[in-house]
Amino acid sequence: MNRLTIAAAVCAALCVLPAHARKKPDPAPAKPAPYASTYQAIPSVPVLIQNATVLTGTGVRLDNADVLMQDGKIQSVGKGLGAPANARIVNGAGKWVTPGIIDVHSHLGVYASPGIQATSDGNEATAPVTAEVWAEHSVWPQDTGFAKALAGGVTSLQILPGSANLVGGRSVILKNVAATSYQAMKFPNAPHGVKMACGENPKRVYGEKGGPSTRMGNMAGYRAAFIDAQDYRRKWDAYENGGRRGAAPDQDLSKDTLAGILRGDITVNIHCYRADEMAAMIDLSKEFGFQISSFHHGVEAYKIADSLARENICAALWADWWGFKLEAYDGIEENIALVDRPTGGCAIVHSDSAEGIQRLNQEAAKVIASAARADIAISPEHAITWLTGNAAKALRIDKLTGSLETGKMADVVVWNGTPFSSYAKAEQVYIDGALLYDRSNKALQPKADFLLGQEGQP
Amino acid sequence: MSRSLIFIGLVAFAFNAQAQNVLIKNATVHTASSQGTLDKADVLVQGGIIRAIGRNLANPSGMKTLDAQGKPLTPGLFAGISHIGLEEISQEDSSVDYDLNLETGDSGLIETLRPEFDVTRAYNPRSVLLAVARVGGMSFTALGTDGALLAGQGGVMRLDGGYEPIAGKRMPYISIGAGKLGQSGSTRAAQFMLLEQAFNEAKAPTPGDERLLTGQGRNALNQAMASQRFLVSVNREADIRQVLKLAQKYGIRVALVGASEAWRVADQLAAANVPVFIDAMEALPSGFDQIGSTLENAARLQRAGVSVSFINGNDGTHNARKIRQIAGNAVSNGLPWEAGLAGITSAPAKALGVDAQVRSIEVGKSADLVLWTGDPLDVASTAAAMWLQGKETPLVSRQTQLRDRYLAPANGLPRAYQP
Repeated sequence: MNRLTIAAAVCAALCVLPAHARKKPDPAPAKPAPYASTYQAIPSVPVLIQNATVLTGTGVRLDNADVLMQDGKIQSVGKGLGAPANARIVNGAGKWVTPGIIDVHSHLGVYASPGIQATSDGNEATAPVTAEVWAEHSVWPQDTGFAKALAGGVTSLQILPGSANLVGGRSVILKNVAATSYQAMKFPNAPHGVKMACGENPKRVYGEKGGPSTRMGNMAGYRAAFIDAQDYRRKWDAYENGGRRGAAPDQDLSKDTLAGILRGDITVNIHCYRADEMAAMIDLSKEFGFQISSFHHGVEAYKIADSLARENICAALWADWWGFKLEAYDGIEENIALVDRPTGGCAIVHSDSAEGIQRLNQEAAKVIASAARADIAISPEHAITWLTGNAAKALRIDKLTGSLETGKMADVVVWNGTPFSSYAKAEQVYIDGALLYDRSNKALQPKADFLLGQEGQP
Repeated sequence: MSRSLIFIGLVAFAFNAQAQNVLIKNATVHTASSQGTLDKADVLVQGGIIRAIGRNLANPSGMKTLDAQGKPLTPGLFAGISHIGLEEISQEDSSVDYDLNLETGDSGLIETLRPEFDVTRAYNPRSVLLAVARVGGMSFTALGTDGALLAGQGGVMRLDGGYEPIAGKRMPYISIGAGKLGQSGSTRAAQFMLLEQAFNEAKAPTPGDERLLTGQGRNALNQAMASQRFLVSVNREADIRQVLKLAQKYGIRVALVGASEAWRVADQLAAANVPVFIDAMEALPSGFDQIGSTLENAARLQRAGVSVSFINGNDGTHNARKIRQIAGNAVSNGLPWEAGLAGITSAPAKALGVDAQVRSIEVGKSADLVLWTGDPLDVASTAAAMWLQGKETPLVSRQTQLRDRYLAPANGLPRAYQP
């Protein structure tokens, strides 16, 4: 929920005013949220998938089970379900059904294919704190990567600014539907996120551009930004809580974002590799009173798995990336499995890659295999939560999607078998109940305008 | 197989005097040769060489044996064209040696074209990347370099800690396309012009008019043209056609690396006997040289009769082990399974000219072997044991040591006191 919708809610509760108060000037009306979602679910018929192996995304596996989607929602999951007369029946024998995959770390649209200068829109590398920028304003819906991700079962994704900056700007959560504007992809009623970055990237980018040039400079930079935003937040809160009377404080886009973090309206995603730096960022969050939603990349997260679980922080990780920077030198293939182990551990498989997002299921499969090598057994019904339920939780959309539970969005993937294999393929992908990818039907495979007339596929 | 079982096996084996002898019984042997797959087969290794393959082989007295329990056994896998041993931390220049980037001089390009550059001289087998690759079942790699149009030479390394390329061989590299426009006056047409000029100069230098190459460079290029196969990094179909024309004109042998649009030229490549090294998970038009990328590149090339080997085009050095997944995904997109395995064993060995030393499980070949927990092309499997020239090689790396340190129960002291 953003600041303005909160203001509206506050007003709804408090704006029944006594008669004498009505003589004061009318309060300024709450502005509608700018750049609002225009997403509309694509119309669908009811669908009943029968006799499949169902992983619900809540840690449960049901064999020979059915999934009924209706009016864009999960209607029911169980055995021997009935269906409305107009339902389309899908034979799920031998198939596996999971919630749609959610990637919490993507740069599709902001670093689009082809990867050329013209499509390099992901890092506003002009100042170390650019909390004012919104990734959605860089998203190119014609990125061919969206359709490839859909073929890999991705139904929702968070698009983040890059990691050049201490505070890189706001993220946006999209539904993975083909559209000509990003607003038509924007996940309705999802909160904004923010991207922050630790370590080597900011100090490398700004080391010779006025700083920060050190990790201590990075920390000073975050602290200064939040100190700055505290006063701004107080002024605006007073204005909003006072019924929005008199002159509004000046608006500052950067401080809007930082104040939104302090209020808890904006989900905090921090690019951070090393265990010691994650510990410092946890202290930063305590100094200013905000909750970190997830550390991203965290190749050393396994070293502080207990602490992350205790602090209710998710870790969005790669299965096997390492070594490209010194802060990634201690990467291990069991990182996700180790973060997952403590009670309350919240492990997420993320991509940060236009290739990786096409097969996040295989990334999870690698983790299962590596964990087995270390005598840690992980079931498919558990592993799928790394790509679905946990990801939804970190993005604060878990009441809407991320599991096959009655009333949730019907974001569903039908796989040709277990998803955790090199040979796994998403055969059908549903978003809000609409079949938007069908491997057996060319007419149900979206293709970006960019590829018309020059595609490599037959 | 559990980690502890393998460990016990290793301890027992470490004290065996005949460390290059082993009898592996009851494996599903994927030979990567014309023999295909042999069920419930035994493999006898003596002196680091495969001496016999078959059912119920007799056990020579004193021979260490291992029951594979039907698990897959493959040749050691190809780790792709990589910078293993040439690059420790990608973004730390002080630890990176794979490309030669000399400045272009005022008078022309003499500083950039150094075919005599031999990147194997920077190879450091103490790099922690070797063990990481071995844990992934990789046993050999081609050292790559592509800093310039004529980028110099690499060699094939067995990942056993040795310092010299297999059979002492070198492969010359050429790099064509958008990435090298800065070295060719902003047009790829000049890339072919410069290569022709270099080839001509190497074959028949005009005294007093040697413009591009040093004397050593002319010798190196001449030798390469006469006896070696050039590995040519190129992606766009039109560029591939120019490379084929160039190869024909000068009578040189080439293999293509990258080759995103090679499927459009599959018949010509097959006819010219040109092998390819491709990343079969490439599906996006990542640049204007790769507009025609498709997951079916491998399958289409193989159907046309082209020899297909795999590389990891993203992070082929630290994550060389991903090449198994790449082969598996090629299979998932239409390549026959045996061709998928060949693409990370026999096909690259042959294309790189080291198939007498590494390639397949055949009598008389070096025993570079990997036992797997399951299908080696499936990410659901891991390597369970490895032998290099018959010597059991522990699947231990800095990464598994870190894992074990943080998996160990807390003992009251900081983790730094754990092994």
